[in-house]
Amino acid sequence: MTNLKIYNFMGLRKIAAIFSAVLLIASVASLSTKGLVLGLDFSGGTQIEVGYEQPADVAAIRQQLEGAGFEGPVVIQYGSETDVLIRLQGKPEQGLSEQVYDVLEDGSEAVELRRVDFVGPQIGEELREDGGLGMLTALAVVMLYVAIRFQLKFAIGAVLALAHDVVITLGFFSIVGLEFDLTVLAAILAVVGYSLNDTIVVSDRIRENFRKIRKATPVEVINESLSQTLWRTINTSVTTMLVLLALYFIGGELIHNFAVALMVGVGIGTYSSIYVAATVMLALKVDREDLLEPVEGELVDDLP
Amino acid sequence: MPNKFPLWKNITILLVVTFGFVFAAPNLYPPDPAIQLSGQSGAMQIDAAVLQKVEQSLDEAGIAHRDGEFDGEALLIRLDDPELQLRAKEVIQATMGGDYIVALNLAPTTPGWLRDLGGVPMKLGLDLSGGVHFLLEVDLASALATRLESDLEDVKTALREERIRYRSFELNNNQIVGQFRDAEEVARAKTLIRTNLRDLVPQSQPGQNPLSLVLKLSDMASREIEDNAIKQNLTSLRNRVNELGVSEPMVSRQGKNRIVVELPGVQDTAEAKRIIGKTANLEFRLEASGRVGEVFDFRNPKGQGPDARLESKAVISGENVTDARASFDENGRPQVSITLDAKGGWQMGYATRDNIGRRLGVLFIEFKTKLEKSIDENGELVLTPVPFVEENIISLATVQAQLGKQFRITGLEQRESSELALLLRAGALAAPMYIVEERTIGPSLGADNIALGVKSVAVGMALVLLFMLVVYRGFGVFANIALAMNLVLLVAFMSLLGATLTLPGIAGIVLTVGMAVDANVLIFSRIREELAAGSSIQGSISSGYDRAFVSILDANITTLIVALILFLIGSGPVQGFAVTLSIGILTSMFTSIVMTRGLVNLVVGGRKIKTLWI
Repeated sequence: MTNLKIYNFMGLRKIAAIFSAVLLIASVASLSTKGLVLGLDFSGGTQIEVGYEQPADVAAIRQQLEGAGFEGPVVIQYGSETDVLIRLQGKPEQGLSEQVYDVLEDGSEAVELRRVDFVGPQIGEELREDGGLGMLTALAVVMLYVAIRFQLKFAIGAVLALAHDVVITLGFFSIVGLEFDLTVLAAILAVVGYSLNDTIVVSDRIRENFRKIRKATPVEVINESLSQTLWRTINTSVTTMLVLLALYFIGGELIHNFAVALMVGVGIGTYSSIYVAATVMLALKVDREDLLEPVEGELVDDLP
Repeated sequence: MPNKFPLWKNITILLVVTFGFVFAAPNLYPPDPAIQLSGQSGAMQIDAAVLQKVEQSLDEAGIAHRDGEFDGEALLIRLDDPELQLRAKEVIQATMGGDYIVALNLAPTTPGWLRDLGGVPMKLGLDLSGGVHFLLEVDLASALATRLESDLEDVKTALREERIRYRSFELNNNQIVGQFRDAEEVARAKTLIRTNLRDLVPQSQPGQNPLSLVLKLSDMASREIEDNAIKQNLTSLRNRVNELGVSEPMVSRQGKNRIVVELPGVQDTAEAKRIIGKTANLEFRLEASGRVGEVFDFRNPKGQGPDARLESKAVISGENVTDARASFDENGRPQVSITLDAKGGWQMGYATRDNIGRRLGVLFIEFKTKLEKSIDENGELVLTPVPFVEENIISLATVQAQLGKQFRITGLEQRESSELALLLRAGALAAPMYIVEERTIGPSLGADNIALGVKSVAVGMALVLLFMLVVYRGFGVFANIALAMNLVLLVAFMSLLGATLTLPGIAGIVLTVGMAVDANVLIFSRIREELAAGSSIQGSISSGYDRAFVSILDANITTLIVALILFLIGSGPVQGFAVTLSIGILTSMFTSIVMTRGLVNLVVGGRKIKTLWI
């Protein structure tokens, strides 16, 4: 470990704390005032995607639908010029999609029905509850695992880092006004998995170094651990970002927000595994003493 | 430290690799669009004559097809052009008539030796294959209410037979409430119900009027009714879906009171929805005499009055129908000929024997849903589906003679008669259902999604391979071989386990590709560190793998926990994502730890090397 450059990460931890606090406050403020733009999965309603052969005239389609008596249809271009997404508010009843399609079919241009989604209001409500519950369960189970495998201070650090990532990613969706649907929820849980991965690898090194390096302050140990894992953290983030970029640009409209959520989450997760988890541990006064007790599975190492 | 694997380890790796290639291989053979023809009943012969007729009709319509094959009791004809599938179905249906079920199908093209080994391609989710997904909610409360209504009649009859006098008996808030004149009668009624009507439990609450008797369905009976309702609805739905002629439909229960119906492939979605969503039932009720019973409107009030009063207890209902066929009567008017089961026939005979001269009504019951607007506490507009029942009299005719197992219903429009026959044949629903979620994905969108998915996997993979090569050079090659193998294994396991591939599932694969190299990044970083610290080359490799292992294990177990939770809370597409993510984690552990180690050992293990190309 002679020629490894040790960065003084923890020297910047106050600035990082302010940075995190600003992001968190902005996220929470936006989430509580503006909220999330809920996708059909959560809000319930009817949505129809149709494809035209020629570039579609959105305004004309809207007029056509309004003329046929549909209340306030939202008509937007979806992915390409020829694809149109129609969202109906007001009365999401069964059989509505067929009526819409019939109206469009009567128009001058050939139209193809690509997708229909009808989600009853009760389903949306259940999904909202299940989603929130799932997120909390995930955090609780992870905390328990880390507490058993490592130590409580590590667990608190890891879970706060995860909560930090989730809140900021949600905040991003709220501030930018991107639609939050089921795939985004899946992406956010994947962010939890990813960020946790990062945090665990770093914590693992911190634990190892606390045991190995005897004459060093906790700040020094953490700085050294972070420096040692820095390249791994960066390289893994880069490979993940590369595939996410591929998904974002190629994956199609349905996967778009999924990729965005993951990119934001992976970015924040990389930062939080360096700063948030370690800063929290330091704030909790993590020490060599915390790790002296033999941990399960590590008994052999600690035998005299 | 020699860094050599024992022979058995190398052989194991080789076996796993072979296994991966074999079971991933079926996915390389895209299925053919096909038409499947089978008879309505097992007795119908599907033979060479039928085949010839079908092929001739296709030739006449100018639809290119391949030679037909017999597949058990069905006939399978592969087509060249998927666009012509729907037309081919119409042509064949028109030629063969309604006695045959013509279904759209996808015929596998997997070579025989692969199929013999058990190799099957991955199942595609609806978002990739196109199709319809319905989530139906069964209204269990209404099943219970129907049962209570008939129980109420049973209680009254039983009390009358035992000459126990009561003042009144009625339904109130899911309970049967009776009023008596004296306490002794109450006690006798209680004993009678306890011995003869065990589904009902007399309630005793403090402060209850001693002259009243409150009966509730026992917990066991309620559970049984609910369970049976769901089961019968499942069976009816399966029958209906079969009548639609859909290949590989999925009808299954979800949660306590929901049913999922998935119809993959191209279809007439409007037709599917009409038949599945239709929750109609029939009841035969005698016309009421006097002021008892209920008043219903006529469905088609020609000739007869606007409404009529029928008894509130049905003689039989749709559940007793074993067969129903639409036909025409002597005067060319549409009719439905109905055959009842033994119990239904007996009940019908018993009810009509003493009532010749009275009129028997056929009540058509449709369960529908409407959405009601209301404003919630936050001032937002909410829409709640409110199920409602529409009951109309189809016909009311005088009973001329005692009726038996077979009879006819007239007074319908032609379209109504064929639909009613189908619904009765396919089975009635024990409880009304309404659609709470519907997703239709057009076939072209499905194909687009596959193309996009494959392309993003390819591009993402290429980028990662390039990056690893640049950063880790020689060792990057090992990681890349492992990564490619990981993809093969992932596909092999998903095919073998019958897991369904969805669009989010493909996203999961892409993400797995990005994250799977993490283990190798960890290991290689460790080896670099060891080398920098001055360890020997072979020693660095060995301790690099050993030390990184704990981190990899911890990190992957926690990710697996998250994926598991995702699977438990998610539905359809999200579960697909969780499945690929979990399988990907497990296969990547093998490829990135065991396989790369094998490769490293093979190439540099035990040799004297001056520099490591890492």
